[in-house]
Amino acid sequence: MKLECKQVWEHISDYLDQQLTPEVLAEIEKHLENCEVCSAILDSTRNVLILTADNRTYELPVGYSKRLHDRLERAIHEKPDPGNSSSD
Amino acid sequence: MQEDRQHEAELIRRILAGETDLFHELIRPYEKMVYVTIFTMLRNEAEAEDAAQEVMINAFRHLKSFRGDSKFSTWLITIAMNEGRQRLRKIKRAAEDSLEDTVEEREGDFTPAFLTDWREIPLEALERKELRHKLREAVETLPKIYREVFVLRDLQEMNQEETAAALGITISAVKVRLHRARIMLQKTLVPYLKENVPARKSFFGRLFQ
Repeated sequence: MKLECKQVWEHISDYLDQQLTPEVLAEIEKHLENCEVCSAILDSTRNVLILTADNRTYELPVGYSKRLHDRLERAIHEKPDPGNSSSD
Repeated sequence: MQEDRQHEAELIRRILAGETDLFHELIRPYEKMVYVTIFTMLRNEAEAEDAAQEVMINAFRHLKSFRGDSKFSTWLITIAMNEGRQRLRKIKRAAEDSLEDTVEEREGDFTPAFLTDWREIPLEALERKELRHKLREAVETLPKIYREVFVLRDLQEMNQEETAAALGITISAVKVRLHRARIMLQKTLVPYLKENVPARKSFFGRLFQ
């Protein structure tokens, strides 16, 4: 059975996660060899995901770590409130 | 991985036994993960920072309820998602969110941006502030149910089972939502990237520009 472009698009995510069955994978790779549109869509999707997940895309605010650990330090050494029983 | 997990289990045991200062060490690898997860929900730096601090404090206070049958990181993410959701409700985005919750049932248009060639955008392009901004913005504008799955799977690299557990949804829902999130990002970002960000060019490509 020959796949149409639209069917290939439905498998993009599984293709990137390498979760396709060998049969479907073979069909898709055959399609990709002859279809520049699907190849470009697949390559661009992969590229977009790599850029988005890169460490640099999301930055921590300057001084974040220090402020976090300072506040944590206070919380760790604060006496538990006897009137407030823990919820767990 | 296994060693990390053992080290973590040991740290947790010692913290619960009274060496509470070790909690700093326990959470250090997850500082960014917690912040980014909440930032993508709240879309505000100061609020996300405050919420991330609360998450860590809550994690400390409730550490004894961590059972060890899930990963510590998954447990922490679940606390982060809850904190984020609670704050969202307070911020009164409620109207928008309840609307978004129905999106999955709708027959949406989840087709990618159509193109005939793609020249890879190299990672060096991330030095450009406006590109980083554009990427974050594209994630932020995903409908909530897709954004949550995308953040856990593709940004935090949690697996399908962990993501399903953290969100309280099925694995097949994780797969469907992730697929749609990725296609939506491709559709939003690819036309922008093609227009605005220099792709990797071959030597000849550069000569004939």
